[in-house]
Amino acid sequence: MILTARDITKSFGEAPNQTYALRDVSFDVDFGEMLYIVGPSGSGKTTLLSIISGILRPNGGDVVVKDTDIWKLGSDALAGFRLQNIGFVFQDYHLFPRLTTLENVAIPLILRREPWDRSLAEARKTLQVVGLAEKESLPPYKLSGGEQQRVSIARAIVAQPDLLIFDEPTASLDGDTGRKIVAFVKEHILNAQRAIIIVTHDSRIYEYATRIIRMEDGRIVPGTGADHEK
Amino acid sequence: MNGLLRIALKLLLNDKGKFATLVIGITFSVFLMMQMTSMFSGILYQSAANIVNVGARMWVMDPAVQTPQNSIPMPNYVLDAVRSIPGVKFAVPFYVGAGLVKLNDGTYQSATIIGLDDASLFGRPTIISGSITDIYKNNAFIMVKDANYAKLGSPKIGTSFEINDHRAVVVALAHTPVPGLFGLPTLYTTYNRATQDLPSTRYLISYILVQPKSTQDIAAIEQQVKQLGYLALTDQQFITRNDRFYEFQTGMGTNILIMTLISFLVGLSIAGETFYMFVLDNLEHFGALKAIGAKSGELIQMIVFQSLVVGFLGFGFGVLLSSTMIAIAKLKIANYAAMVTYENLFLALIMVLIISVFSSYIGIRKVIRIDPFDVFRG
Repeated sequence: MILTARDITKSFGEAPNQTYALRDVSFDVDFGEMLYIVGPSGSGKTTLLSIISGILRPNGGDVVVKDTDIWKLGSDALAGFRLQNIGFVFQDYHLFPRLTTLENVAIPLILRREPWDRSLAEARKTLQVVGLAEKESLPPYKLSGGEQQRVSIARAIVAQPDLLIFDEPTASLDGDTGRKIVAFVKEHILNAQRAIIIVTHDSRIYEYATRIIRMEDGRIVPGTGADHEK
Repeated sequence: MNGLLRIALKLLLNDKGKFATLVIGITFSVFLMMQMTSMFSGILYQSAANIVNVGARMWVMDPAVQTPQNSIPMPNYVLDAVRSIPGVKFAVPFYVGAGLVKLNDGTYQSATIIGLDDASLFGRPTIISGSITDIYKNNAFIMVKDANYAKLGSPKIGTSFEINDHRAVVVALAHTPVPGLFGLPTLYTTYNRATQDLPSTRYLISYILVQPKSTQDIAAIEQQVKQLGYLALTDQQFITRNDRFYEFQTGMGTNILIMTLISFLVGLSIAGETFYMFVLDNLEHFGALKAIGAKSGELIQMIVFQSLVVGFLGFGFGVLLSSTMIAIAKLKIANYAAMVTYENLFLALIMVLIISVFSSYIGIRKVIRIDPFDVFRG
């Protein structure tokens, strides 16, 4: 098991205005899975994604990633853990417009204090994997939305993390491009030593999931989550 | 270079508009600060020209004297009394006064007249043409060939004119290391001739120049001169006294200080505002870096590095611009009173570091507060 989440609870605000975003959410993710977390807006899926990736501290519950209870780590250790083990693909990509595509992809390796030249060499190889080798010297704003998404994916996988987190990966793309991207991820990025968790409400890409957790009102809808139903 | 710092540098350099604004802002600020403080340093330096040019180790004067431009004549017995102080190797009279020179074309020009001790000629300038011994000839004066030399019609050896209705003949040309502050030509003669030819008060000695037997004797000489009712200062103490006069007893020091502070505030506001905008532009990306795994300390390191880079570049360009302007001005105006000193450079550097620290501080505050969860929330 790469990830185990148990009894995750998260609320915002203070009583009497306290709002629960998550209540007692539990699920597991295994290596080789491409797990979707789906549900309507406000159902708590982004909050859940943030908690299981070590970004947002829960009020209760445990998250164990690769045998490490991540919320027992200090903030710097947790940042280091994310850097070593988790790759992120953000909804708005968050690529630095003042850096080249190649330098953007190399950032996780640079944060790991890898030498500059080696980081760029690895980034170059990863850009080849996502089919953008010829665009390495361009700034991200000169790329199409689909290409920027692929750069963002390259940045997430360049340091070979075991767990990949995708936040609404198709939200800024047209239907065809979105499907192609997700198909590409499943075919070329997913493998037996890695798991991918995708938060989305784009039903057009559900067909690529190996399992889907459905959320409503901060809870996993019964019958989903623990089951490997797809 | 550390990869993170390299990224920080690229983020900075590739945002050409803000980078240029930051560097130009700090350059302009450093330029103004350097100009102000260099002008003041030049004024102080040239106002102490007589002290430097004469080169006496100690000066005895009336306690009311603040600068070498003004003197209060002392009676002759003070010279005898100083000579009798144990620890004094020798002491000579020195005259400084203003003379009115009537040129051959009938025009008048004020000049500084310096009278050297007849016996020793202590404090004499470096002769570049003629002989120092010619100073003993009738009506002999030695002309200093500096920026003000032309004001007396660029006289050659043998040229004559009138000083206070007395005939004067140029017998030699000389050089002094420091030009005077007020743009007056300088003429050297003997003490006796100076006190005879120029209108004087009852007492004649402007200063007594003293050479102590050793450095250890200075304090005792100062003490004994004080008991005479006069003031003995080393050359450095006299320069400091002169500096303090211009700094605190004229409006000059205050005005220069105000202008320097305004220049600093201009740089601070331009750099602070622009750097804040630069950080704001990159804020969401810094948030993404935090989410990926960057530690807050690493982001702070990047921001401090960026602010120091623009600070040092602005400092370098500002100093270069200021030095060039001063050099050009000195080529055109030989008597231009401005000089770049290590103290000025250090002051400007401190100001730039404050600008950099302030700019990075407001950027760091924003970056520290950004929550990576905001990156997911959009």
